[in-house]
Amino acid sequence: MSAGIDLENVCCDFGSFRAVDNANVAIRPGEFFSFLGPSGCGKTTILRMISGFIEPTQGTIRIGGKDVAGLRPNQRPTALIFQNLALFPLMPIWENITFGLEVRGVDKATRRRKADELLKLVDLPGAADKMVSQLSGGQKQRVAIARALAVEPAVMLLDEPLSALDLKLRQHMRAELRAIQKRTGVTFIYITHDQGEALAMSDRVGVMSQGRIQQIADPRDIYNNPVNGFVASFVGENNVFTGTVQNPAGGVAAFETALGTFRARLGEQARGPGVKLYVRPEHTLLSDAAAPENSVPVTISEVSFEGAFISVMGNAPNGQLLTAEIRNDGSATVPAIGAAMHMSFDPARAAILPDAAVSGG
Amino acid sequence: MQDMLRRYGSSLTGAFVALVAFWLLVLVILPNLTLFEQSFRPYLPVVDVGGPKDTYSFNNYAKFLNNPVVWNLFGFEVTVPVHLKTFLSTVFFSGVVTFITFLLSYPLAYYLAKVVEPRSLPTLILLLFIPLWVSEALRAFAWYIILTFNGPLNAVLVGIGLLDKPVRWQNGVLTAYDAIVIGLVYTYVLFMLFPIYGSVQSLDRNQIEASEDLGAKWWQTHWRVILPHAKPGIASGCVMVFMLSAGSLLVPSVLPSTSSNWFTQTIQQWMLESQDWNTGAAYSFLYILLCTVVVALVMWLFKVKLSDIAK
Repeated sequence: MSAGIDLENVCCDFGSFRAVDNANVAIRPGEFFSFLGPSGCGKTTILRMISGFIEPTQGTIRIGGKDVAGLRPNQRPTALIFQNLALFPLMPIWENITFGLEVRGVDKATRRRKADELLKLVDLPGAADKMVSQLSGGQKQRVAIARALAVEPAVMLLDEPLSALDLKLRQHMRAELRAIQKRTGVTFIYITHDQGEALAMSDRVGVMSQGRIQQIADPRDIYNNPVNGFVASFVGENNVFTGTVQNPAGGVAAFETALGTFRARLGEQARGPGVKLYVRPEHTLLSDAAAPENSVPVTISEVSFEGAFISVMGNAPNGQLLTAEIRNDGSATVPAIGAAMHMSFDPARAAILPDAAVSGG
Repeated sequence: MQDMLRRYGSSLTGAFVALVAFWLLVLVILPNLTLFEQSFRPYLPVVDVGGPKDTYSFNNYAKFLNNPVVWNLFGFEVTVPVHLKTFLSTVFFSGVVTFITFLLSYPLAYYLAKVVEPRSLPTLILLLFIPLWVSEALRAFAWYIILTFNGPLNAVLVGIGLLDKPVRWQNGVLTAYDAIVIGLVYTYVLFMLFPIYGSVQSLDRNQIEASEDLGAKWWQTHWRVILPHAKPGIASGCVMVFMLSAGSLLVPSVLPSTSSNWFTQTIQQWMLESQDWNTGAAYSFLYILLCTVVVALVMWLFKVKLSDIAK
């Protein structure tokens, strides 16, 4: 029932603007796959090409191994959940949900039964005869999911469907979506600019920037082993050092910066200009004495309490602002503003990475 | 009102209110009231006006049911009052005009609202409007010339071999009202187009895409998503075209056939040819009433609410 999707060298041009550049990805059947990126990165264009609203300028899209070139959205085994949901306001909920069956000529009694079934699946029983305007945001969300599931698609495409909800509901719906995906086994392709959402829900994430897929990996790898500076900065915070690579050997290199020479992991394509050193704030350690290596003296300039952790900012001798996060578990003392301390990091937790891959690169 | 007083002062506000009141009372309400009152009085020589014979009655309204004629209706011969026959023909062919304008307008409105590139929209709308700059009378006469026996339509159709010999279009090929229907459609089609355009335009494009994505064919999307959304616009377009057609005097007078008769012409005959303003007034009010009943009936049939049209 669920199908894999292959994109092979897919490009999409709007006039002279290349929205998607040479996208290659093999999404597995039953996978929860997210495209993550800032607005304008081409992720929605990819979704619309898979659903059939846009034809790729070049390249091949296969759904379940079958080339779908020239097939209209109503001929593809995909169901799209729109950002604004696009429920039909003039139909009651049950007609909304079974619209896809109605246009396939399924009789009314069967449709009604199917609607009740699906409403139970999305945990919204008894809403069948209500109108769209009578539902809350989260309920509309569930109806949209039920409507898409009703046509028994091989692939569900979701275009930032949670962006209109408030934080609490969004977190709840994340888990709900994930659960529905596991229950139905349908391949989910999820579009979002929210890195937390993508990392929490997905089996694998494709991070995009400027029309190019920068990295495809599981959420842990995306966060812990980003391939370039764009991925590192988009999925989390970093302390960034500029400098030059020295003596690369065995995946590790020295990195010469204005604050001294550090040792760190060397990214695969870390060559040429634009190469920087990235360290996560939670991997940046705070101590009174200087550490044996990768240590920078700082003057604490700001301490901000974030609840689960405490964010400590300090100025390095050259004025660069560095951030360290300490867990709010009482194990460390919170430094005072103006205190002279040292920030350091483990070479295994720091990476030397190139900038984002861009068109033609 | 408070706001107006504060903004314009008492004298200017007074002038506005007085002008509007003058327009409404003296130019609209009073003449209509006079006609309404006259419609219940008999048509009398001047010396008898105000005399003992000048009494209120429904006699003028009752004339609507005088003079029975035999009417061949789809092979059945029925006997109806001649003016009722005229009224029914007028309502029927106004309905035909409304239906044809809808058939012409809906695809065009959809094309303008959802298909055409926004860049070329102003040009297209301008092209639609230009014919409207020519006066209604001239446009009706233009159709008179087009449809005339030795006119361009016959010349072209005979020329390209579609017709063996010219046709008397104005006498009617299908019905006696062909030319009138053509003229009215041409005159009022934009009154249908723009309300529908407005309502289709307000439809979220995602709704159309969602429908297609769920597997609907193009006509299913129109039937289940676009048409229901456009219903208020369609309804107000229909009411407008129907009322304008039923109330048109010019087009039926310029493009008549030998046996066509529009109800407005009947009213005109009472008022100008018979000089009987009393009966003319009675017919006018009866006409408004009956047309309103027809419109209300059709709205009820299609489940259109008055608030939909007022949008």
